Amino acid sequence: MKISCQDVEKIARLANLRFEEQEIEAFRAQFEKILSYMETLNELPSEGIPPTSHPVLPSRNESNAFREDDPKSSLPQDEVLANAPRPGKGHFRVPKVIEKE
Amino acid sequence: MKLHELTLCQAREKLRRKEISAVELCRAILARLEEVEPRVQAFLSVDPDRALRRAAEIDSEEVAWKDGRPLAGIPLAIKDVICTRGWRTTCGSKILYNFVPPYDATATRKLLEAGAVLVGKTNMDEFAMGSSTENSAYQITRNPWDLDRVPGGSSGGSGAAVAAHQALGALGTDTGGSIRQPAAFCGVVGLKPTYGRVSRYGLVAFASSLDQIGPIGKDVRDTALLLEAIAGFDPQDSTSVNRPVPRYSQWLEGDVRGMKVGFAREFFVEGLDPEVRAAVERALRLLEGMGCEVLELSLPHTPYAIAAYYIVAPAEASSNLARYDGVKYGYRAPEGATLSDMYSLTRSQGFGPEVKRRIMIGTYALSAGYYDAYYLKALKVRTLIKQDYLDAFQRVDFIASPTAPTPPFKIGEKTEDPLAMYLCDVYTVPINLAGLPSISVPCAFTPEGLPIGLQLTGRYFEEERLLRIAYAFEQAANLQRPPLKV
Repeated sequence: MKISCQDVEKIARLANLRFEEQEIEAFRAQFEKILSYMETLNELPSEGIPPTSHPVLPSRNESNAFREDDPKSSLPQDEVLANAPRPGKGHFRVPKVIEKE
Repeated sequence: MKLHELTLCQAREKLRRKEISAVELCRAILARLEEVEPRVQAFLSVDPDRALRRAAEIDSEEVAWKDGRPLAGIPLAIKDVICTRGWRTTCGSKILYNFVPPYDATATRKLLEAGAVLVGKTNMDEFAMGSSTENSAYQITRNPWDLDRVPGGSSGGSGAAVAAHQALGALGTDTGGSIRQPAAFCGVVGLKPTYGRVSRYGLVAFASSLDQIGPIGKDVRDTALLLEAIAGFDPQDSTSVNRPVPRYSQWLEGDVRGMKVGFAREFFVEGLDPEVRAAVERALRLLEGMGCEVLELSLPHTPYAIAAYYIVAPAEASSNLARYDGVKYGYRAPEGATLSDMYSLTRSQGFGPEVKRRIMIGTYALSAGYYDAYYLKALKVRTLIKQDYLDAFQRVDFIASPTAPTPPFKIGEKTEDPLAMYLCDVYTVPINLAGLPSISVPCAFTPEGLPIGLQLTGRYFEEERLLRIAYAFEQAANLQRPPLKV
């Protein structure tokens, strides 16, 4: 699999990451090497084989684990906001999303 | 014998007989911790006041020695990816440099309920991604048997702390070998439980379908006691499994004659160090001498495990780590003018190179057009790997292998080549993909005094049998240890 610098930039955008120009080239080369290694999996026929997500409980691959819907108290608001970089008026503050025209 | 050199169980006996107090023990451990920490650097935070207050509390409790408090007064360390209420939990990452969890992980809560005294949070590869602890954003932890070498990873701080007697036991986490490999590199015992045996609630997620919390102990008995304390169903973790928890520490003594141990021919990989190979062959002969039957078998999909793992784990990580965006907790880049700039600057400045690499691999594997070719394919290969083990366990009770292909390597030796680092996990990752319980026990020291680990893997939820054979092996091997280099 050939990976271009544009591919790296596109994936970085999807992942909300930024890289310097020289990082992108270094990354591209590593990425290509790692992905070629992954391609060894193509040697294996896999048609009709079910995927595994929960390795121990096969039924969990298709179903969810439900509990009784009993209301319980949650953490107090001040404790939840205590770790926020910019809390304010009971909210998480972020840079403005909508511009005034 | 100095107090810090005691095993957890020996210290427990002394506490029980009131030969020592919890405060005395705690002071001895803290003194040792401070003495060697400048060289080992196993801890990201230590809280002596909290530990001593807690020890005094335990000393004042009349009921502490009853069954309900099996770890009463025992100083322990916890990997810094497991939440501790009111105690900074960084995951070895800059992005969580100031995160103080408002709640305890279930494993933390269970240790505290068992009476444990927590002395510190241990260093790790950032978000548990790595095999050497060199990916920590904070410091390099050194191997107590040779300070120029890595302690393994990602639970390298926990492994080194237990080996250097800075705590009587520790918790680690294991997504692809992160308990077993550092246990092997540090000459201690580490157990990855069956997936679902220990609650993951409050464990900061790396790859949710692979992560398990488990114990690291000075010996098998200590490890059994720690597992007993943390195992069990938890309604807060939908993947935890509702099965009774055996009294693991009561299972250790007992006959292992006639037990069947398999060794797969696929384990003779390129890159298997000759000393490790010889040590494991000696270990297999010792098992035979103990009355076990050693059988050669095949796990034909083993050569595909690393590739499958390094798709599944990064894919899950890329999704789990999407939550670090500078909004709710942790680091926020100061200069982002728009929301989207703030997100990407925060993440680019807050994550280290290996974490970014894995987020990128994972994002790629999950992106439109590649999902079937990579992620779905890897999950199917996961089924094949699991089936290999199920087939093997029709014939044998345990599977033995090296824990790692080499003894501990030099600091900096593999940091330039991520793929070379990934290949260190060849013996451990298949076990996580299959979700099986697995333990690393020291089986030899090289002529230079470096530890080598034997990995034993058992059937689902048969931790008690795994601990029994590991204990029998440990007793029979009666390893002579060279002096620590701390």
